[in-house]
Amino acid sequence: MSEETTDVLVIGSGFGGAIPAYHLAAGGARVTVLERGPRLAAEDFAHSMRLGTYNRIVDVIQGDGISVVAGNCVGGGSVVYFAASLRAPAFAFERSGSLGRRIWPAALTRAALDPWYERVEEALPVARTGWQDVSYAGGVLAAACRRSGHTCNPVPVAVDTGRCTNCNWMLSGCRFDAKRSMLLNYLPGAEAHGAVIRPLHEVQLLGPSTESGYRYAAAYTVLDPGDYSCTAEVGVIHAKVVVLAAGAVGSPVILQRSALPLGGIPPAVGRYFSGNGDRVSVADVDETKVRTLLGLSRPDGAAYEGLPIGRPITAATYDYLDPAAPEYSRFMLQQIYFPPLTNLLARTASAPDWFGVAKRSLRGRWPSWLTLLAMTEDDNEGTFGPPPLTGGFLRLAPGLGRGTMAYHPTARTRGGWNTADDALRAILEKDGLAQVRPWSEDVAGTVTAHPIGSVRIGDDPAGSALSDTHELRGHTGLFVTDGSAVPASLTVNPSLTIAALAERAVPAIVFRAREAAVDVTYGAPLPRP
Amino acid sequence: MTSRDMRRRDVVTALTATLTALAAGQVIRPGAADALGSTGGRAEAAGESWTTQTLEAFADTLIPGQRRYPGDLAVAGAVTGPGAVQAGVVDVLTSPDLPLAPLLPEIAALLDARAVAYALDHLVLLPVTSPPFVGLSFAQRTDLVAGLFRPGTPDRPVWQILGLVTGLAFDTAATLDTAQAVAAAHPGLAWLHFPPPDADGLWRFPQFSYGRALADTHPATTASGSPA
Ligand SMILES: Cc1cc2nc3c(=O)[nH]c(=O)nc-3n(C[C@H](O)[C@H](O)[C@H](O)COP(=O)(O)OP(=O)(O)OC[C@H]3O[C@@H](n4cnc5c(N)ncnc54)[C@H](O)[C@@H]3O)c2cc1C
Repeated sequence: MSEETTDVLVIGSGFGGAIPAYHLAAGGARVTVLERGPRLAAEDFAHSMRLGTYNRIVDVIQGDGISVVAGNCVGGGSVVYFAASLRAPAFAFERSGSLGRRIWPAALTRAALDPWYERVEEALPVARTGWQDVSYAGGVLAAACRRSGHTCNPVPVAVDTGRCTNCNWMLSGCRFDAKRSMLLNYLPGAEAHGAVIRPLHEVQLLGPSTESGYRYAAAYTVLDPGDYSCTAEVGVIHAKVVVLAAGAVGSPVILQRSALPLGGIPPAVGRYFSGNGDRVSVADVDETKVRTLLGLSRPDGAAYEGLPIGRPITAATYDYLDPAAPEYSRFMLQQIYFPPLTNLLARTASAPDWFGVAKRSLRGRWPSWLTLLAMTEDDNEGTFGPPPLTGGFLRLAPGLGRGTMAYHPTARTRGGWNTADDALRAILEKDGLAQVRPWSEDVAGTVTAHPIGSVRIGDDPAGSALSDTHELRGHTGLFVTDGSAVPASLTVNPSLTIAALAERAVPAIVFRAREAAVDVTYGAPLPRP
Repeated sequence: MTSRDMRRRDVVTALTATLTALAAGQVIRPGAADALGSTGGRAEAAGESWTTQTLEAFADTLIPGQRRYPGDLAVAGAVTGPGAVQAGVVDVLTSPDLPLAPLLPEIAALLDARAVAYALDHLVLLPVTSPPFVGLSFAQRTDLVAGLFRPGTPDRPVWQILGLVTGLAFDTAATLDTAQAVAAAHPGLAWLHFPPPDADGLWRFPQFSYGRALADTHPATTASGSPA
């Protein structure tokens, strides 16, 4: 077993880990990043759905009532995500949910976060797109919105649209280095300043350090690249400051397992878990009506048949983000594409809706599907049960695991989903343009790629595990900066908010590092794209 | 023993516990060994074990296909054209990339136990020459399978995984590289009309957009394109 020291230990290398890692390293600290997944680069990302490709870097984790899709590689979700990069609307910060008072810390409003959003948009960078960037699928949504009296927007993306080939393999990692993942900005920036990134290192436990001058010790296992459920080695690393960023289904589990050695953890750890109110639907689009009702046709003569073509997320309507509307009734409707891995979940009109003869016919019209994501206001009703012996979940197969989280949607969450379903139908079923149905919950519960809230920030110790500087209550120098910290669903995709919050957390992390005699300053320029 | 073996054992333990519970609930369960070893009738000619037939029948219920040969029992023949069986579901279930293979006899036996229970409940006379689940009609298989996925079903996670893998076989040609699978007209990908790649095996879509404004944008859009 190896033992060593570092100034700052970062656990996880997604948005929440990569951003502090860069700033701390650029400011002069010794930074070590431990990442559970493997390290891949553009040439390693395969345009393939063969088992052994994408499922090396992305996991589906099934809990009770919810399944979470999450990245498992250096760069985390930023490598496999769809790069929709949206600021959360101002009202999202004012939500009170089931608390009956504001959930977010008083210090945080949209206006307060705007400067941090701006930094991230510059660093990734984010491209504001136009209609020439909107895929056929996004175009059908847009034209249907207009026809039903609604606006629709091209969605800003962290993509170099000049390099993008519109291949639609974003879940597999970007073969063309067009997606501006953490692999192209913050992580290489951190390494240029001496940070060390260790792939296949899974942190299991945190406790107090026995080394003088070091606050925490982390025990990790080194995973076999051919089988992540096998351990090759174990080690311990001592750190003056810890940045926990293992993702919203990773960080709470590490803290739960560490409760005893840490001398207790705040009661809000592993509670208030949210799937960001995600709700996916599939519309079975009538090609003839795309032509006759929407007046659309492609250069090759087809009307639509465009599901597999273009980037996964290109258009969305902001019409249901009315700040004056009551909570649980606001949402964004976004066009999205998932590879046919998720086809099982699409439903037909009659029972058995997700399998059988009619479902097979629906599959035969796959290019004419339009997939849609509603991001609604949920109730933070998710909880984490006792942690597994090791890891974040029980690995059943490569890319598939059984997690400890439970999510049983409340009537308010379901009400939000129903409102979004109604809005979608009003837009897409008008005059028989399409038939639209939400994914079945029979096979995987509700499905989200946007887990948040499981170790959240706030002002109230009962309802939040972290202070508004992202420090774990009662544990000086232990910060959580990933999606777990986002206190409530955002009604937009969360990565830009996670990243902006991580940027905002850095000064407090630097302060704690300096307290522990680390020679580090704050104020490095953004990593150069 | 590696940790992987231990986890595998956990899954088997869970399965066995479910089986035990089922057995305690008046279900007469066909012996796992019989289910594995014995073959009967025409399927024997096709060289298929009871396990294989049972799993094929399950997959065929989710994504039906046409009979492969006269007297094909596992495939119910509810449609013409390809289904999960034609798409290679057995290859995927037994793929070395998944740890399922050693569990399949137990899973098939569990499904057959469910079929026996179903037959008792619904007064269905099962033939003795084929696995119980295979002995059910397509409508009965459909009814039974729908029940397996109902919330509260104790062994639901087993069927969820089996369902996911069945979907992967048809919808993704999971044991094949996608470019090769498309070139070879994999039945599932062909059914979906999955588009072909460029000559180098990578996908690119130079034409992907209607290329014009198709709606008004929201009046409160910010400079970076976000909602206000
Ligand atoms: C398919 C998909 C599409 C998406 N599309 C979008 C989109 O278009 N727009 C958007 O805003 N969001 C999108 N998201 C969500 C976005 O990717 C996440 O919100 C974001 O990545 C979360 O950042 P994070 O830092 O919290 O966690 P992650 O990015 O998940 O990073 C956590 C990292 O920690 C590692 N880890 C976990 N446990 C341990 C451990 N014990 N030890 C060491 N390392 C560990 C993980 O392997 C992972 O790399 C998408 C997600 C997916 C899966």
